[in-house]
Amino acid sequence: MPAMWNALLNQFGRTPLTRRKALWGMALVAPNVLGLMFFFGVPVLMAFATSLQQWNAVKPPVFVGLDNFSRLVGDAAFWQALGNTAKLLLLTVPAEIFLALNVAVMLNQRLRGRGFFRTVYFLPVVTSTVAAAIVWTWIFQPRYGLVGNLLAPVGLRDQPWLTRPDLVLFPIAAVTVWQRLGFDMVLFLAGLQAIPRVLYEAAIIDGAKGWQRFRFITLPLLSPTTFLVMVLSVINGFQIFDQVYIMTARTTRGGVGGSATTLSYFLYQSAFVQSEFGYASAVALVLFLITLGVTAVQLRMQRRWVYYEAGER
Amino acid sequence: MNVQATERPPAYTDLSVSLKIVTYLMLAMGAVVMVMPFAWMASTACKPPAELSTLPIRWIPQNPACIENLQQLYKTSPNFSRYMLNSAIMTVGRTLGQLVTCSLAAYGFARYPFPGRNVIFALCLGLLMVPFQAILIPEYLLLRQLGWLNSFAALIVPGAFSAFAMFLLRQAFLQIPLELEESAMIDGANPLQILRFITLPLSGPALAAFAVITVQAAWNDFLFPLVAANTPDTRVVTIGISLLQGERSTPWNLLMMGSFLATVPMLALFVMLQRYFIEGVAMSGIKG
Repeated sequence: MPAMWNALLNQFGRTPLTRRKALWGMALVAPNVLGLMFFFGVPVLMAFATSLQQWNAVKPPVFVGLDNFSRLVGDAAFWQALGNTAKLLLLTVPAEIFLALNVAVMLNQRLRGRGFFRTVYFLPVVTSTVAAAIVWTWIFQPRYGLVGNLLAPVGLRDQPWLTRPDLVLFPIAAVTVWQRLGFDMVLFLAGLQAIPRVLYEAAIIDGAKGWQRFRFITLPLLSPTTFLVMVLSVINGFQIFDQVYIMTARTTRGGVGGSATTLSYFLYQSAFVQSEFGYASAVALVLFLITLGVTAVQLRMQRRWVYYEAGER
Repeated sequence: MNVQATERPPAYTDLSVSLKIVTYLMLAMGAVVMVMPFAWMASTACKPPAELSTLPIRWIPQNPACIENLQQLYKTSPNFSRYMLNSAIMTVGRTLGQLVTCSLAAYGFARYPFPGRNVIFALCLGLLMVPFQAILIPEYLLLRQLGWLNSFAALIVPGAFSAFAMFLLRQAFLQIPLELEESAMIDGANPLQILRFITLPLSGPALAAFAVITVQAAWNDFLFPLVAANTPDTRVVTIGISLLQGERSTPWNLLMMGSFLATVPMLALFVMLQRYFIEGVAMSGIKG
């Protein structure tokens, strides 16, 4: 027995000190690691298992193989949700990056009131999406809403933004961009300030104009940040839920004819409204795989067009 | 990415006067758009019902009815204070929980090598790649199995662990000079004492950034509480206001008052602790 015990202990280190350190290390990380594994790791495994079952959470689950996935392929509502999510990404991600980059470049100048502007642009980030979405629902109300009245001169005061299937994604995109802009801006600001000053000084000596400095120094050296912002925005875009839930709550949930249903909202509906846990888990798996896929594709693209300064990474 | 850099003077040269004016104009226009929803919320929250449907729209209510609307909100949603309190309990519970579990784990990973350390650490970080919605259903089933649905345990315990906070704190702990910890060890301090009296006090800014990010995320959490704890006793404020929104009959002034109350704590916290919020976000970018 003692020999075995010693052999086991030797696994943790040769000397008593390293052994003690190893034991302390395991004890210190144990609470968080076990908690993470139990509350997040186990559910990941369960997600795979549940996606192969038919289950309404009342009767015991039935193993159905890949049935949920084949049903998914033939489900028009699923494809609609996927399409809506893609449209939302197109409406939000480029706008977000363009605006945040512009604001960050402007705020990176020697200007009075930089701190003030940074605060103002960041305010929506700390606001709850639920509260923000309620406010924006009111802003987009026909007739008495703010947007309608601002657009009254062009005759759009009574435009029913949230009940027209072809328009409903615009208000949802608007609140998303409004809330995300400050977050992206902060990342861009940090990226901009990491660009060495000497490069600009050298460029000025060489006679480069403002736009040229932006095009040939700022943009290439900022590309790792731009890339990061893009990945985070796309991943965030696939998880848009609160806005849809809130902004369509007073009219038709998920938008008229499912016109505002995103992938996440579709998942929620399948699981917690229709009690189809197996089917919804299949949707969850698709969401997971898409997120992974997008990250992987972007990682590949990163090598092509992201410029890293020598020595970085 | 250099986090501290946000405070450094900008890397550009001085602008010409005309360019400066254009920049200010554009920034100001953007700022107006950013603030307008808050102003519209506050303005509507103080309008009497009659002024909700007047054209042209008015920004300043003619007969302000802030107090009346507040009273009316409580008539419509008698549990509103309870919801705010529940949000506060959930927020404090998760933040304190993460502070304990994640600082212990971060310290262990930073300073105490043990077999399999790198694999376990990588496994934890791998969890960051999983979108929360992807495990929402099993999470719900797990809590149901535990009999925790509609309890504070459901709201707090799963949120008391975090791979992200652990990663963030580990980065901060690694910056602390090893000599300080070693000298304390020679003086006979045990790892917990070193963590408590040396490492944590030296990690102030990182802890503050961690705290504000966690507080903000917990206070604004919606989907998880919606699924796990949606009863009058355990409802948090985001669900409280979403219920008002779901009632078609709720007038907009009350909805804006409710949104205002749910937003103000985070806005106040942000204005007080901006620096840490912004550093926290800049750091959260690193995880990507």
